[in-house]
Amino acid sequence: MQQTNAYIGTPQNRVDGRAKVTGGAKYAAEFEAPDLAYGIVISSAIAKGRIASIDTSAALAVPGVLQVFTHENRARTAWFDRNFRDETAPPGSPFRPLYDDKIVYSGQPIALVVAEEFELAAHAASLVRVEYETDAHMTDLDLRRSEAYVPPKKRSNVKPPPSPRGDAEGAFAQAPVKVHAEYRVAIEHHNPMETHASTVVYEEDGTLTIHDKTQGAQNSQSYVSSVFGLSTGQVRVVSPYIGGAFGSGLRPQYQLFLAVMAALELKRSVRVVLTRDQMFTFGYRPLTIQTISLGANPDGKLVSIMHDAIQTTSPWEDYQEVVVNWSNLLYHCDNVKLTYQLAQVDTYTPIDMRAPGAALGVTAIETAMDELAYAAGIDPVELRLRNYAEVDEADKKTFTSKELRACYQLGAERFGWAGRNPAPRSMRDGRELVGWGMASGVWEAIMQKTAARAVLTLDGNLEVASATTDIGTGTYTILTQIAAETLGLPMAAVATKIGDSSLPKSPVQGGSWTAASAGSAVQNACLSVREQLFKYARQMDNSPLANASIEQVMFADGRVCLMNDPNAGVTFAEAMQSGGVERIEAEEKASPGMLTSLRHSGYSHSAVFVEVKVDEDLGRVRVTRIVNAIAAGTILNPKTARSQIIGGVVFGIGMALEEESMLDHNLGRFMNHNLAEYHVPVNADVYDIDVIFVSEHEEMLNPLGIKGLGEIGVVGTAAAIGNAIYHATGKRVREYPITVDKLLG
Amino acid sequence: MNRFSYLRASSVDEAVREAASDPAARFIAGGTNLIDLMKYNVEQPARLIDITHLPLNQIDETDSGGLRIGALVTNDEAAYDPRVQDRYPLLSSAILAGASAQLRNSATTGGNLLQRTRCYYFYDPGTPCNKREPGTGCPAATGRNRIHAILGTSEHCIATHPSDMAVALAALEAVVHVTGPDGERAIPLSDFHRLPGDHPEIDTTLRHGEIITAVELPAADFSRNYTYLKLRDRLSYAFALVSVAVALRIDGDAIAEARLALGGVAHKPWRDPEAETLLHGHPASEDRFAAVADHILKDARGYEDNAFKIDLAKRAIIRALSQAAAGTPQSQTDKRIQ
Ligand SMILES: Cc1cc2nc3c(=O)[nH]c(=O)nc-3n(C[C@H](O)[C@H](O)[C@H](O)COP(=O)(O)OP(=O)(O)OC[C@H]3O[C@@H](n4cnc5c(N)ncnc54)[C@H](O)[C@@H]3O)c2cc1C
Ligand code: SF4
Repeated sequence: MQQTNAYIGTPQNRVDGRAKVTGGAKYAAEFEAPDLAYGIVISSAIAKGRIASIDTSAALAVPGVLQVFTHENRARTAWFDRNFRDETAPPGSPFRPLYDDKIVYSGQPIALVVAEEFELAAHAASLVRVEYETDAHMTDLDLRRSEAYVPPKKRSNVKPPPSPRGDAEGAFAQAPVKVHAEYRVAIEHHNPMETHASTVVYEEDGTLTIHDKTQGAQNSQSYVSSVFGLSTGQVRVVSPYIGGAFGSGLRPQYQLFLAVMAALELKRSVRVVLTRDQMFTFGYRPLTIQTISLGANPDGKLVSIMHDAIQTTSPWEDYQEVVVNWSNLLYHCDNVKLTYQLAQVDTYTPIDMRAPGAALGVTAIETAMDELAYAAGIDPVELRLRNYAEVDEADKKTFTSKELRACYQLGAERFGWAGRNPAPRSMRDGRELVGWGMASGVWEAIMQKTAARAVLTLDGNLEVASATTDIGTGTYTILTQIAAETLGLPMAAVATKIGDSSLPKSPVQGGSWTAASAGSAVQNACLSVREQLFKYARQMDNSPLANASIEQVMFADGRVCLMNDPNAGVTFAEAMQSGGVERIEAEEKASPGMLTSLRHSGYSHSAVFVEVKVDEDLGRVRVTRIVNAIAAGTILNPKTARSQIIGGVVFGIGMALEEESMLDHNLGRFMNHNLAEYHVPVNADVYDIDVIFVSEHEEMLNPLGIKGLGEIGVVGTAAAIGNAIYHATGKRVREYPITVDKLLG
Repeated sequence: MNRFSYLRASSVDEAVREAASDPAARFIAGGTNLIDLMKYNVEQPARLIDITHLPLNQIDETDSGGLRIGALVTNDEAAYDPRVQDRYPLLSSAILAGASAQLRNSATTGGNLLQRTRCYYFYDPGTPCNKREPGTGCPAATGRNRIHAILGTSEHCIATHPSDMAVALAALEAVVHVTGPDGERAIPLSDFHRLPGDHPEIDTTLRHGEIITAVELPAADFSRNYTYLKLRDRLSYAFALVSVAVALRIDGDAIAEARLALGGVAHKPWRDPEAETLLHGHPASEDRFAAVADHILKDARGYEDNAFKIDLAKRAIIRALSQAAAGTPQSQTDKRIQ
């Protein structure tokens, strides 16, 4: 088979790496524009009530201040909720910045101060005086728990729990081995390196070019057009680089609204950048209380699974994610009851955060399974094998592929799991207790309809383009690999353009679907270019390919030639010249196969093995070793793929041990809103992470067999760490993060 | 951020004169704390007096055999100075337990002592806070107080002083040299920071217009049996939940002199000389260490989130004393606790 230009599945450096490390890559807040004005957002101090008065006179008196926008003087915007709904909005009435005098959450944007200079705007913002009338607020989920409800309207792309099967309560009551417990994971806030920002360039013709921190250039574009009554032709969103997003950029955030409003009103370019504290004033990973009951026979086989979750949402939207479905998806059981409810608290609507739902639900079920392993006296890996789900029982579908068994086996081997003494507190290294724990991970392999364009020019260069983004995942690189390999060109001859709303249609980047979706679209567009190229090649006078079919030729090194006689061929340039064309262009779509999804379920899986060392006296945990074995179909680029998994695992360390947004319920406000006090793992917290990609043959989801890797790394990691801590100390902590205080005593 | 004027002082006298004449003036050294506070509108100085060009960046020998660390010596310069490492390794260790390399490169000796609390509310002008705006209340006492004090609190404030360096300086009985409109004075470190009492807005006994010129370390022999043990919410780059600085002088089998200071538990580095004397003349033993801990913590009071600190402090004191007695000080790079 073809040797040259075989990039798929090989480790490749990031094509955008150099631009990123040399500062050449521009992020939303770095684009310049003539006469750029700067906006500073003022945030509400109270959680609920109304603005009794807002005095902007002192701010407006500062020379160089252009305007202070508040609910009193904001521009008119669209009337209907639907105009404010974006591609990923949950059911409800989206939040409208500066809409009226009502305060619905602490930190709500209540004014935008715009000035000639950033410093002036910041100074003027400190002069705005606000008086509030406060109403009673409620931010404590425990006190709202009794008012939890099943969301009446489902969020699109989020599967509600399946209907109950069998008699879960009855089977649990009879089960000889039982686990019943409540699990919690603290609220987490998004803290990508780049804070949210929008630079709105007011072009001479009155159209807007917007550089937004977003996971969907077209999502921001359509939001802006529909909210401000513009045609999509008047709004272009260009976001070539995103400094991390993890879900925070799925919905257009309020700085976009404010920057656009100011630009339109002032007829001038405006930039608004949120501060780090303001990163705590919009979506977050919701607080989730989960209750799990597992009933099993003495051999560990599950006879009952009950898994209930209650999550926070805002009073105005029913945010939803898939929390409980994973339990039955991972484990075979005939008696299953899963429920999912929401309770409203006076905060902003939660938002998807890396592996939304799964990161929470799998943490709980995998902690519970570890408890069951101890209750039944069975090795945790063995317990999972005994309950291995061969099919998707809830949906009665088979899996497109599932190599989770190999993940358990290869992960355990690499880790040295066989040497584990199962008894808690049985392993030591000097003063420290040593614990080994494991957990499974699962994430859906999703594909979304996406379009891409490929343009081959006579000079042998190929440009591929799609409106999708690269939030740091490596999208630029894998699209370049796919295009180069499909057309038989060196990667250096391929330019990938993304992150621009004027490019072929793409949904937001999220759900780990981009590689499969944009990757397939790029492949299709390149295949279409290939066909045209082949047609010209065959039509050449005396073409050596005259009698060949496209299956009999290969594309390599900028030539198309016979597979069984590579000397017989023509260059792309020769074929194009003979056809009288200077460029070959094709735009194609890729969509999920309907038939496949009717009969089959596609998921990626993982097995995470963790070693912790715990200084028991002082409650100090070190996660000294992690092996994560991943089965996710085709691994396009083991190098960027490994980075994705490592990043996910570090996210998991944060969830397990550190991350927690602390609400002051008296004030209804998140208090540790800075990176000194909201702790994410630092280098010292991260020791060895070993990633294994288990070979998994996937052919149903898409021709390349891609499942996606953005989320799977975080799933299961927190539970594996918690389980290792139990093994080390004999203490079962069911509230993540497992901080010092929970291990003392 | 507010508008301010800026002056680069060219002498200590000028700096003092200019500061004394303007109640809203502030000195700026490394700026790692002051600038943050200005961005949050917590500090709104009308005038910044830049002292970074003053000749206060030397470490000198004193006549009595100690060291005098200029106020502008950066935290990293102090920590890596061979004389400090040899003779006051406790100080070096405590400094290296703090912040990050980048911050320590800018942060100065004087600024470190005067850094303000990390109380969440203090940093957030959207909330009440007696320290920021006297008389508005202390929401931390009934709100989120994981990082707050368990010793020496008042009904008006339960904040801690966050410095690591100051904890070691307290154990080493350093002296702070200051120059003010009325001349020079020397303030023992233990009297430098104050408890919140009725005036949580006042952190120290430094008067307006006074500048720190140096911190003096008296001659001492604590280079063998010492440790700085810092416990925090991640393995590096976080403020202390509890930290313990210990310096022991061991004579034969018995502890001849003991100094112990706690960080992260009070509005100032916490020392309890009476508890220290419980060690004098005794061999190292866990029981005795526990008795010392109990004595230090007998009046400790926990709040909703931070009650665990009392227990944690006790364990940390015992461990730190054991480390110091054994001559196995805590490494600040290897995160395993000895
Ligand atoms: C993210 C982060 C993490 C940190 N972690 C730690 C930690 O773990 N442990 C720790 O101990 N510290 C930590 N710090 C704090 C850091 O040590 C202090 O910010 C620093 O020491 C302050 O020194 P500076 O020179 O920058 O002071 P500046 O910010 O310049 O000044 C601070 C105050 O001191 C006054 N001042 C400065 N010099 C003088 C002088 N000579 N005379 C009179 N007044 C003066 C200023 O007017 C100002 O009020 C951290 C800081 C940050 C931002
Ligand atoms: S503890 Fe002190 S600093 Fe914190 S809110 Fe209370 S008064 Fe303010």
